[in-house]
Amino acid sequence: MARDNNKTQVVGHSPRKVDGVGLVTGTAQYVDDIKIQGMLYAGILTSPHAHARIKEIDISAAEKLPGVMMILTYQNTPRVPHTTAGQGFPEPSPYDSYMFDSKVRYVGDRVACVAAESETACRHALKKIKVEYELLPAILDPRKSVEENAPVIHDEKDSSGIHDASRNIAAHYEAELGAVDKALSKSDIKVEGEFRVQYAQHCPIEPHVTISYLDDRNRIVIRTSTQVPFHCRRIVAQCLQIPEQKIRVIKPRIGGAFGAKQEILLEDLCAYITLKTRRPVRIKYSRKEEFISSRTRHPMIVKMKIGANKDGSLQAMDQDVLSNTGAYGSHSLTVLTNVGSKTLPLYWCDNIRFRGSAVYTNMPVAGAYRGYGGTQGSYALQVLMDELAEKLKIDVLDLQRKWHIRLGQTHPMSAALGEGKEGHENPIHSCGLDACMELGAEAIGWKEKRNQAKKGRFRRGVGMAALMQGSGIPNIDMGAARIKMNEDGSFHLFMGATDLGTGSDTILAQIAAETLGVPVEKILVYSSDTDMTPFDVGAYASSTTYISGGAVHKAALDCRTKILQVAGEILGGDPASLKVENGVVTAANGKKTSYDKICQRALYSRNQFQIEGIGSHTSPVSPPPFASHFAEVEVDMETGKLRVLDYVAACDCGVAIHPKMAEGQVEGSVANGIGYALSESLYFDEHGRCLNPSFFDYKILTSLETGCIRAILVPTYEPNGPYGAKSVAEININGPIPAIANAVYNACGIRLYQTPFTPESVWRSLKEAGKI
Amino acid sequence: MKLKLQINGITKTYEVAPHVTLLNFLRSQGYHGPKSGCGNGDCGACEILLNGKPVNSCLVLAAHCEGGSILTIEGLGNPDNLHPVQEAFLEVAAAQCGYCTPGLILSAYALLMENPEPEESEIREALAGNLCRCTGYVKPVEAVQKAAQMMKKKAVSRKETESIG
Ligand code: FES
Ligand code: FES
Repeated sequence: MARDNNKTQVVGHSPRKVDGVGLVTGTAQYVDDIKIQGMLYAGILTSPHAHARIKEIDISAAEKLPGVMMILTYQNTPRVPHTTAGQGFPEPSPYDSYMFDSKVRYVGDRVACVAAESETACRHALKKIKVEYELLPAILDPRKSVEENAPVIHDEKDSSGIHDASRNIAAHYEAELGAVDKALSKSDIKVEGEFRVQYAQHCPIEPHVTISYLDDRNRIVIRTSTQVPFHCRRIVAQCLQIPEQKIRVIKPRIGGAFGAKQEILLEDLCAYITLKTRRPVRIKYSRKEEFISSRTRHPMIVKMKIGANKDGSLQAMDQDVLSNTGAYGSHSLTVLTNVGSKTLPLYWCDNIRFRGSAVYTNMPVAGAYRGYGGTQGSYALQVLMDELAEKLKIDVLDLQRKWHIRLGQTHPMSAALGEGKEGHENPIHSCGLDACMELGAEAIGWKEKRNQAKKGRFRRGVGMAALMQGSGIPNIDMGAARIKMNEDGSFHLFMGATDLGTGSDTILAQIAAETLGVPVEKILVYSSDTDMTPFDVGAYASSTTYISGGAVHKAALDCRTKILQVAGEILGGDPASLKVENGVVTAANGKKTSYDKICQRALYSRNQFQIEGIGSHTSPVSPPPFASHFAEVEVDMETGKLRVLDYVAACDCGVAIHPKMAEGQVEGSVANGIGYALSESLYFDEHGRCLNPSFFDYKILTSLETGCIRAILVPTYEPNGPYGAKSVAEININGPIPAIANAVYNACGIRLYQTPFTPESVWRSLKEAGKI
Repeated sequence: MKLKLQINGITKTYEVAPHVTLLNFLRSQGYHGPKSGCGNGDCGACEILLNGKPVNSCLVLAAHCEGGSILTIEGLGNPDNLHPVQEAFLEVAAAQCGYCTPGLILSAYALLMENPEPEESEIREALAGNLCRCTGYVKPVEAVQKAAQMMKKKAVSRKETESIG
């Protein structure tokens, strides 16, 4: 797509969200905001044990309770190996999950499901189910998963796609450029570290919730809070062993997702009960279930080494990852490989190696989480870059500037390592990283603060991190859109793209409006309904603006061509010579006609047809957004308490289609990232039971702790993206851990190798380093 | 049991079971603005104003509110007649998924009723009971600042019209 030289009218402006009025008036309809006559309420009985076989399950007492309609267990449901990961088909995740199994693999695993006439009846019945377990030894530490004689978590015969079930390895991947060991041994300087990140949950404020019912043609309608309506349809069809055409999935407004809803967690149960009882059914996770039974970020141990020469040139980078996928392998391979593929191609270096395993444990199931491996990888890489700069006695910004990838370059690691497999050539067509570093450094006051004296009880320091991510999965992610013109000159935009609260309905409407030459109010958006809208893989991999946006742009161009044909008939000019502005078409001779008249003619009078356009879009490349983050912290040397005083996130997301919402994406990711760095962690007892499954005990940031966040958008133009756009949704969650860790080092000289950086852990590090 | 309540300006007597939370009661009456995010008093998604004060409706039994006056987001303004706080949230794109938004807006409204010119720290204090996972609170805080200005302007122009009248 060529750069539009004319100033854009809609793109690059920040109109009100197309769904905004509903959101601020409480009239927006989320999944649970409808009530259907005769609805059943379903709830799930979960395992209290980390690893056990179900010896006996007795539902007789529960069944007899008034109002109980149906109880599901492994004994009366289809056993279909599948993955809960909502990914493109065939999924790169192992088929190791079942609607129910006779074995439970973590505390929180499904045991039974009750559907009853009321929530109270359901709760009572769940308590009356008697289960006798045979306890099995459990693995709670991923380093023990591969030990000899470790219990085998997936010993069932019918799972497939597991790398090595007998050793609890869900996924494994290796890629090497050059000769890393040799280069490392020859390097003048080496820096290395073992970096650990913990269990954390996405915490969408709306928990997972699904309502299903039969329509008047005997088809199952699933109204659900999902990021992946089309994958949901496919996976539910697979689990229930019914044709996809029997299922319609609708995603209404949903209350945040962040990766947690790229997963089929409730829809199979809900639909199955509807199929069997013919009744509408609702299942909603409680907050506690959201913490223990839903999905988490993959905890990881990332060992990394960098070798460099005295001139600063990077000689070798070696990344070795142990990822804990928990009891099931959802997203295990792809998150693993993204640790490397979203970080290593940031720097020029001839010898690069990535090795990693994702192992099963009897712990909560990890899945997709904003950042998707990039968060974990950036921690290791960016702390080591800081350490390397220190050893070289140069400013880390100079080191970054010298070796990062630039416009026009193609990094060989992008081809060697992709998402769960080999990657693709990914030439860089836009890169604003230098500007991000410059603007970010200036905003934080880098020069003065980096070198100020560190004395006394409260010590301040600044640190930074450089980041990249991608825009969609190349040659896999696909989005499609259809635009239909109405006789008043408005348009319906139908697309599979999935707005999770991210604002994609609005920015995709902006792309359509810009292309069609109308204000955004003329675009009526209908998205994410498998019956009504074209296909889209869904909202993940930072793909929506770039991939779905490309589809909308094509559909709008197609529609525009047809509009101009009709306009040409009316005005008597060559369609190519016509100009469009604000829904009015002008010919070279000055004659005008308007969109309503054009559509009326096409619908009612001459050469009648429906003016509409369609477009599908994939991309052979995945243009990385870039960012540079800067943190200023204060460390209390007596208590270890760490405060983030200032945080600047400068991000190059290409052209921001809607700058205010793009800033919102940056700010929200940073807040989540700071929370993960400082306080968010799931804690477990020695039986694998989660100790803090509530917002009271699991600390996400409030308005009181986020006053420090500042976003700076650094515009570039990405020629492959619609109107120059690339992604913004995920990259900025990857900065806080390394930027804060590096700032702490600058403040008081300790390196932090394990998140979260709680006062206790900082205090211990200070103590170990002999600083106190 | 019988329960007399004023909801968004309309007083009615309702039939309600004694153990029902105010949140579930309001939602059963079609007020879907208040949402359930935790059921535990920790998130603020269920916030309403009870006699002008912010309350997490998941923690209160409906039966305890006898004779009370309740404001839900639906009563603050509607799509054809937005309240300035709602306008401001729209204008600065302070609602992403919107699930926390009714609660944030009501907290902001309650603050501005008491303190029409709040400092940023006072705004942050007032919003501290409303968890928002999407925005990082930057835009919501900006929206409250904007709403304060808009309300001030409105109050001034109202006064001017009154004095002319
Ligand atoms: S639902 Fe009431 S505070 Fe969370
Ligand atoms: S806008 Fe989504 S939780 Fe606040």
